[in-house]
Amino acid sequence: MQFSKGRVRGGDGSGPSEGHHEARGPASADMPGDVPFDDPWYDALSSGWGEPSTVAAPVPAARQGQDDDVAAAEVYLEVQGSPAFQEVRSRYRRFVVPASVAFFLWYVAYVVAATAAPGFMARPVAGAVNVGLVAGLGQFLSTFLLTWAYARHARLRRDRAALELRWDTQELTRGARGGAA
Amino acid sequence: MTGNHQTLALVLFSAFIAVTLGITTWVSRDRHGSAEEFYAGGRLFSPMENGFAIAGDYMSAASFLGISGLIALFGYDGLLYSVGFLVAWLVVLFLVAELVRNCGRFTLADVVAARMSERPVRIAAGTSSVTVSVLYLVAQMVGAGSLVALLLGRTSAAAQCWTVVGVGALMVIYVSLGGMRATTWIQIVKAVLLLGGTVALTALVLVRFHGDFDRLLLTAAERSGHGNAFLAPGLKYGGDWTARFDFISLGLALVLGTAGLPHILSRFYTVPTARAARRSVVWSIGLIGGFYLMTIVLGFGAAAIVGPQAVRASNAAGNTAVPLLALDLGGGSDSTGGTVLFAVVAAVAFATILAVVAGITLASSASVAHDLYASLRRRRAEPRSEVAVARAAAVGIGVVAIALGLLARDLNVAFLVGLAFAVAASANLPVLLYSLFWRGFTTRGAVYAVYGGLVPALVLVVLSPVVSGSPESLFPGVDFQYFPLQNPGLVSIPLGFLAGWLGTVTSAEVADEAKHAETEVRSLTGAGAV
Repeated sequence: MQFSKGRVRGGDGSGPSEGHHEARGPASADMPGDVPFDDPWYDALSSGWGEPSTVAAPVPAARQGQDDDVAAAEVYLEVQGSPAFQEVRSRYRRFVVPASVAFFLWYVAYVVAATAAPGFMARPVAGAVNVGLVAGLGQFLSTFLLTWAYARHARLRRDRAALELRWDTQELTRGARGGAA
Repeated sequence: MTGNHQTLALVLFSAFIAVTLGITTWVSRDRHGSAEEFYAGGRLFSPMENGFAIAGDYMSAASFLGISGLIALFGYDGLLYSVGFLVAWLVVLFLVAELVRNCGRFTLADVVAARMSERPVRIAAGTSSVTVSVLYLVAQMVGAGSLVALLLGRTSAAAQCWTVVGVGALMVIYVSLGGMRATTWIQIVKAVLLLGGTVALTALVLVRFHGDFDRLLLTAAERSGHGNAFLAPGLKYGGDWTARFDFISLGLALVLGTAGLPHILSRFYTVPTARAARRSVVWSIGLIGGFYLMTIVLGFGAAAIVGPQAVRASNAAGNTAVPLLALDLGGGSDSTGGTVLFAVVAAVAFATILAVVAGITLASSASVAHDLYASLRRRRAEPRSEVAVARAAAVGIGVVAIALGLLARDLNVAFLVGLAFAVAASANLPVLLYSLFWRGFTTRGAVYAVYGGLVPALVLVVLSPVVSGSPESLFPGVDFQYFPLQNPGLVSIPLGFLAGWLGTVTSAEVADEAKHAETEVRSLTGAGAV
């Protein structure tokens, strides 16, 4: 299940590239979270993506519509409904929604406490350090920790599945547009 | 402040201008003027480079001099600013950076217009982006004028005017000649200089107190004359409930506004992928967080070493606390060390203002050319002519910002920055979040969300005590003050979200399922991203 950087740069849009068929399939939706892998996005260019030539298993092939855009729209609807995409989306939301609510409430609580309860914030903790300073530095610390946790979660739990979907979707849209032309 | 400081500061600053102009000509050699190149620097910056550039864009002179000055004068209350400025990056990281990189091409309007009827949405989002940029730009220009005057000791009105004009002219040269590529390198150079200067000063403060942070705090509290109250909230924002609500309003604007700042959003398009955008935000959170932690040390250090009385005597708003601290740490105003450190801090402050101003000008010229001009023309502009329009727009925005900067010379810089954040949070954030996450969002909802945040934010400012009704306001002679708070965020941000919801539920149009599917799939996977 290793991605090679050569594949990213080397694909010419027509021929099948090595290491591709093993890397896809239904298993891509629930790959284990702790598998280390090469970073296939890093230093990949914005253009010149290697285009896979085969249609992916987790995403059903698009019907060929009369109109290019209608066909492409169908592709996006079908990808959206596919289990692989639902899994990526729910992984993203399961992390981002609780984390956003948590840091926002923690920040609002901090601001409200600083304005409404300065006496509490002035309570000494150790030496010159009081509750307010601890809470302020706590905001810095929680920001750094959440940043680290989010980056790790995205790297391990989302990136690879999202990249698979990106290639599949681009191939399907190209197929849909090409088929109608 | 003797002539020595000023000469050395001028020499260092001229060196910075020479280096940045050299960068501008170097990076723009044999470049064809494509839109990709001008707005996004070819999209090939690395996450680390972009992380430094984002940090450079974000750490304005208001942070470097303003926040440490506020801490030096009011102790803990200054620290509240830096917390808000940092926590805001979690909104950007979680909800905005990757998705915007995947969906858009150059501007905020790209993301929204992809799902909606393009023309009205582009005009609305373009208008609010330009408004936010101009407000932020005016804040920086006003800051440039007053800081240069303070640091060079020339407080005459003519010197301030010429500084504003000079800064404006330089920024137009950077942006219209070098585009995003030159602007990004200027941000990186500036971020390195600013962080280097801050690290050096922080180390010197800590050495002075033998690494004992506790003693630094105690000395600061003792010299402030407020005792332990200096280390607790309430000295600045502790008055009546109006002042407290004002502070909560400011806090909300700070934390929600960053994700709506056009010049921050446009930075994500300079990297190749969403993953690179995420990594650049992680870099910038590390750099910005470290920077704000150091400004806390510098602020308390200035209170402990220079003393709030001396700071206030030099500048009532506290903006000169760090330069004075540098002078003292170097060995006093008669020593070589003091002269050199003071000149370095002054030059870093100039560099900071120039770089931030260039970044904002570029983002707003992109909004004018890519959103407003392209929509208001009947046929879509050719990419090449769009870049020509963007270059012309940079000149036009430069002229407008110089004029407004001269007019608004006496306004408080921190207030203007807070206002720009409030407008960004009210007009740009709701429409951005709704179009990324709400399936049923419609064109009318998008237009309502933009204007429903933008108009109340601006109207509430006009009706606030800043503009009329009190001796310190812009027009002290008249009284049409009906809104008690200085910062409109507490009211206008919820209004922006409410207006977007209202516009959506009242519109006859049914949201296009396929367009929503396209936005959702593209935003999370990067399919079809440029």
